[in-house]
Amino acid sequence: MKALVVRRRPSRFAAAKLAGALVPGSGASVGVLELDDLPVPDAPGSGWPLVFPRLAGICGSDLQTVDAAASEWFEPIVSFPFVPGHEVVVDVPGEGRRVLEAVLGCLPRDLPPCPACVRGDVGACQNLERGSVEPGLQTGFCSSVGGGWSVAFRAHTSQLVAVPDTLSDEDAVMVEPTACAVHAVAKARPAPDERVVVIGAGTLGLLAVAAACRLYRPGHVTVAARYAHQKRWALEFGADEVCDPQSLVRVVRRQTGSVLVGSGGRSRLTSGADVVVDAVGSPESLESAFAVCRPRGRVVLLGMPGRARVDLTPLWHREITLVGAYAYGVEHLATAEPVSEENGSVRGEAEPRRGEGGRRSFDLALDLVGELRLGRLVSATYPLSRFREALRHAAEAGPRGAVKIAFDMRDDRERERLLRAAEEGLRAEEALR
Amino acid sequence: MSRPGFVLEVDKSTPPVLFHHGEGFRLEKLPAGRSRIVYPAEPLDPLPDPDAAIRHALENPIDSDPLPALLRPGMKLTIAFDDLSLPLPPMRRPDVRQRVIECVLDMAAEAGVDDVELIAALALHRRMTESELRWVLGDRIYDAFAPSGRLRNFDAEDPDDLAFLGTTSEGEEVEICRRAAESDLLVYVNINLVAMDGGWKSTATGLASYRSLRHHHNVRTLRHSRSLMDRHRSELHHSNWRMGKVIREAGVRIFQIETTLNNDVFGSELPLGVLQKREWEWTLRDRASFMALQAGLAAMPARARRAAFQAWRAPHQITSVQAGEVEAVHERTIANVHRQQLVDVEGQTDILTMGLPYICPYNVNSVMNPILVMCLGLGYFFNLYRGKPLVRPGGVVIMSHPTRPEFHPVHHPSYIDFYEQVLSETTDPAEIEAKYEEEFAYDEWYRHLYRTSYAYHGVHPLYMWYWGAHALEYLGDVIVLGGDPEAVRRLGFRPASTLDDALEMASQTVGPHATITHLHCPPLLLANVV
Repeated sequence: MKALVVRRRPSRFAAAKLAGALVPGSGASVGVLELDDLPVPDAPGSGWPLVFPRLAGICGSDLQTVDAAASEWFEPIVSFPFVPGHEVVVDVPGEGRRVLEAVLGCLPRDLPPCPACVRGDVGACQNLERGSVEPGLQTGFCSSVGGGWSVAFRAHTSQLVAVPDTLSDEDAVMVEPTACAVHAVAKARPAPDERVVVIGAGTLGLLAVAAACRLYRPGHVTVAARYAHQKRWALEFGADEVCDPQSLVRVVRRQTGSVLVGSGGRSRLTSGADVVVDAVGSPESLESAFAVCRPRGRVVLLGMPGRARVDLTPLWHREITLVGAYAYGVEHLATAEPVSEENGSVRGEAEPRRGEGGRRSFDLALDLVGELRLGRLVSATYPLSRFREALRHAAEAGPRGAVKIAFDMRDDRERERLLRAAEEGLRAEEALR
Repeated sequence: MSRPGFVLEVDKSTPPVLFHHGEGFRLEKLPAGRSRIVYPAEPLDPLPDPDAAIRHALENPIDSDPLPALLRPGMKLTIAFDDLSLPLPPMRRPDVRQRVIECVLDMAAEAGVDDVELIAALALHRRMTESELRWVLGDRIYDAFAPSGRLRNFDAEDPDDLAFLGTTSEGEEVEICRRAAESDLLVYVNINLVAMDGGWKSTATGLASYRSLRHHHNVRTLRHSRSLMDRHRSELHHSNWRMGKVIREAGVRIFQIETTLNNDVFGSELPLGVLQKREWEWTLRDRASFMALQAGLAAMPARARRAAFQAWRAPHQITSVQAGEVEAVHERTIANVHRQQLVDVEGQTDILTMGLPYICPYNVNSVMNPILVMCLGLGYFFNLYRGKPLVRPGGVVIMSHPTRPEFHPVHHPSYIDFYEQVLSETTDPAEIEAKYEEEFAYDEWYRHLYRTSYAYHGVHPLYMWYWGAHALEYLGDVIVLGGDPEAVRRLGFRPASTLDDALEMASQTVGPHATITHLHCPPLLLANVV
């Protein structure tokens, strides 16, 4: 079957690293990623239907993979060769459309659930390298199950989330990244009177804006965006103000009536935003986040920095809380009880907008995608055969006026054939029963 | 004997005309048969003995006792003077303020006056540096007064040095420098570079706080100032004059000394001397010199080019000095300004072209940022008229300037925020005023930088924008020739790379056979449009 595959080939990784550093997204051109004819993956156990991608998004982490820029941290929890693609809407034979909750936690691995999985916090699963499938933090990084950049792969039933008929495929493919954004914003839990800054307005940045504005309705949301279309989206999703990244410190300074101290790279504010979501994940964006975050504020890392040279002085000097955010799980939307600037007194808890207890990030994301028709952010789709163009487009999404680029398998003949065969097999199985 | 200004009708034989273009120049061929050029007068002959003229003015004032008679031992004397926004470009030493103040100080010393303080009347402009104060006042005055703190920049944000004097009949609050208000005598030394300067505007603006200034530096007032160079038809001036009445009735005694300069901006020496000649009179040597100047400027890095221009000191000469009661003095001053600058122009035009130079009142020793480009073009040059604007209602202004999005980080911090944050949202002066003025005016950081660094006040970029409010409302289109496209669009204008393109674009508003008037400035002129 047709699939894009990443194999462990050190020489090609080195070339991809070089190519990707020169032209983002061009790692795909030097052979880290190949279009290949792979055998259909065997089921690692029971409850692993073969699923058939309709659309599969290209994520920042995929681009890091292709450009060999991913952190070595992932080495133990990735298995080669793997088929990328974890933002996927699939056809499940006999069941219809599903989106994939890509984390390969304890349930798919056929392990007794770890404490995190018991809570539903699959993103924090402690068993990503054990169990019945090969190591892999998510589908799309695991050699046992395949991934979304193909015509078929294996998904565990616990990973599959039903897609309402009201959502288009484009909407559905945005659910997984939206769940990540929901999770990150829920980590920050901005209060209604708090000032939020989102740095970066790529897919995750924009989705973080949408999640913050819809789920928490903070007092003020500012977005640092590089491109005009990103600014338009940010405003549409509820941002109060957008600005260029280089203006951010000055914008927040003016908003908060604080004082700019220092100059150039050392400039920062005496006060600042209560919550900063860094959706870029570069050393520069992180330093910007520290510069505009008030003392005792919170910075959420939604971007994915690897090794980064960052001055952490503001972190301890201003007692900033740096919060990581990865994947999704179960969210408790009650607003935080942030430590105020005045001697650590505690603010009252605001009323959550949705529900009392926890809700799965995916359920919240489905709501959000439907409300805002987030499928509109899918700017272009490509067949698997044009993967090099697709990855370049994704890497250059900002300057090219795009947000989300995805692979489109809906018209793939091989996929149709395999899907029909699977459905016929299923019918035959049912007839026998 | 200088030749007066005049209007030249452009025909086929008219050579290309000079357009100032920031730190550079353009020569542009205007369409024959529908274009005209308004030339300023040549520089008036200066006073033969300025020091004697100054002494004479102080001893023989208008509607006032002579200055020596107003001075006595034990009195509190304050001498306020216009800041470095005048003249343009800064004049060669000795500056006229130095000459006048030295004379005043000599008289004060003769009278035994000990309590003397000198104040640069900044209003909301940036503080002057030591070297700038030395340039304006001379080393002798600086060294005598600055070390003891008796020479200082006015601080419009110092609550301890502000005095509330009352309100005008229109409810305008009058709050000025306390030291000046409480002195036995305030001597104000001005330079009346253009008709807008001087009179009550000296004290009521130069020594006023934001609380006071906001009553006339606002969109409504500036939209009703037609023009800023005609105080009788300027709401800005009416407000200042009303405030002057309050100041006078509060018992503030002012001895106003006003001076006028000729418009000798570039001198007669090459290479810059050619800029003051009429193009058809350029000799071969002039042309060669101009070409060499252009080539030399093109070869220079931008920073060096700016430094070279900013280093230029003009050979302005004093054409008059008059002293005494504010209003009476000012009438005579204005007559002297008109003597140098007034040019009769018949009727309005469809398109007004102007070449904007490298300097305006707010970027001396600094950077001409895009907001100042707008202010110079639509606030000052557009307003260089008496009677009617040079351009008809709904007409087009084409102004030539590189309009680079460059800012002096120390001098213009709030300009950066205004450009990046406000203009990206709206360019409508009224909307800007309603939404942003208080925020910028009361911002603590801007206030801090104004008081302790060398920054224009936080509200200043908004004032610069208001300065063009009348033009923005009046004009059908504004095109910037040779400007940075992105910056020009941020200002709300349209960029054009050539004059032909600009005229083509203008034709969409005023038709293909539109009349064109080129304002041949600097040197400055005042069009008397009849």
